[in-house]
Amino acid sequence: MTFNSKFKKLLTSITLVSLVALAGCNHNDDDEMVVIEPPPPTPVVYTYEVIVTNLTHAQPMSPIAVVLHNEGQLWQLGQSASSSLEMLAESGDNTAVLADAIAIAAQGGAGILASGMQETITLSITDNMPMMLSLATMLVNTNDAFTGINAMEISDLIVGESISIQTSSYDAGTENNSESMMTIPGPAGGGEGFNEMRDDVDFVAMHPGVVSQDDGLTQSALTQAHRFDNPTLMVMITRVE
Amino acid sequence: MKFTPIITALALATSSMAINAQQVEVSVTNLAQGIYYTPFLVAAHNADMSLYQLGQPASAELQMMAEGGDISGLSAMLTNGSADIIENPAAGLLAPGMSTTAMLDTADGNDHLSLVAMLLPTNDGFVGLNGWQIPTDAGTYTFTVNAYDAGTEANNEIINGGGAPGVLGIPVEPGGNGGTGGMGLTVVEENSTVHVHRGNIGDDDMTSGKSDLNNAVHRWLNPVARITVTVM
Repeated sequence: MTFNSKFKKLLTSITLVSLVALAGCNHNDDDEMVVIEPPPPTPVVYTYEVIVTNLTHAQPMSPIAVVLHNEGQLWQLGQSASSSLEMLAESGDNTAVLADAIAIAAQGGAGILASGMQETITLSITDNMPMMLSLATMLVNTNDAFTGINAMEISDLIVGESISIQTSSYDAGTENNSESMMTIPGPAGGGEGFNEMRDDVDFVAMHPGVVSQDDGLTQSALTQAHRFDNPTLMVMITRVE
Repeated sequence: MKFTPIITALALATSSMAINAQQVEVSVTNLAQGIYYTPFLVAAHNADMSLYQLGQPASAELQMMAEGGDISGLSAMLTNGSADIIENPAAGLLAPGMSTTAMLDTADGNDHLSLVAMLLPTNDGFVGLNGWQIPTDAGTYTFTVNAYDAGTEANNEIINGGGAPGVLGIPVEPGGNGGTGGMGLTVVEENSTVHVHRGNIGDDDMTSGKSDLNNAVHRWLNPVARITVTVM
């Protein structure tokens, strides 16, 4: 009984809805019925131009990784580095960061960005306004130093608007800062890049800077020329579309 | 005549601000890789108080904190000034990469936030936030802060337990990476005012050399701490 009465009620309301729908069509009575396909929505393209300048004296930057995302972070201070960040910070290989699961769009730089040089990286995404932008690159004459931008809010940027930032440098905490020839992948060492063994504190922190042989680390392959201080990059992000 | 209502409104606004005490959550993250912080002192105080002034000599209370991590002097000074304080929120040292949180209920007029702790191992290095005006708008505010040198002790970099004011030396190296037998880098501190710390030097000789600190472990670059303030 209960079911039945509920069913009846349902039928009644369906009828009412149909009547209302018909009433709504009244103005078409005198016209031929023409079905007008709604025009496909114009795709909205979001394009960002990222201008990166290497501010160091002699720390080439590995090919830059720029990632648009709506959640997550590339790293967290005090927390263990992801394996993709470890790969970038120890060897300069950005492929794993660019392929990170949080990325909704990603673009790598053209190649090594030498000291004092500037590069423009452009990336676009259609119909999905990105909330955040992250960027990462290795200081290649180090064991595992990297610099970049972590999950910066860009959703407020209107077309033509820019954000300019100077970045600090971080230590992935995944490789001991021995500065030895065998462990520095950049031109100062020509040594090993990525090694999955983690022989350091295993959390991301601010980088303490390199010591160098000129400043008292006898085994270091680095000289005074490779020392750096913060900031290490200047980045200007402009929404161009 | 026109101004009267505006002035009244202003007066009302000001008085309502003054009686509105705030609840403020303060989080500190140690951004350094090899430096520990002694127990923090976190305080909300009025606009007239300050824990230190850059370019001015340190007070005896600041010296106690910066040379030995003893916050009792600064704490008493703040309490005498009716500040709201939280001592030692991390219940001990704040290790590299770690965070701690203090919850402050601020009284009328205590709308400036300060925070200090000594950096270990250093002679008289400290991290400081000095009289940051607490916003009246609720929200979360994040910024970073730098390391300062109290200018009260020569940075000889010898670990000898010397933490009392005026006793030359570094009290302790909590991470276990300290050396011994260093000759000492210097016996003078040329700048006796509070200034930006030039960083530890260290050396790569753990049994002799100039310093007891390790140049691959105990150096840092600014900033050294991240502070997140949430105004409820």
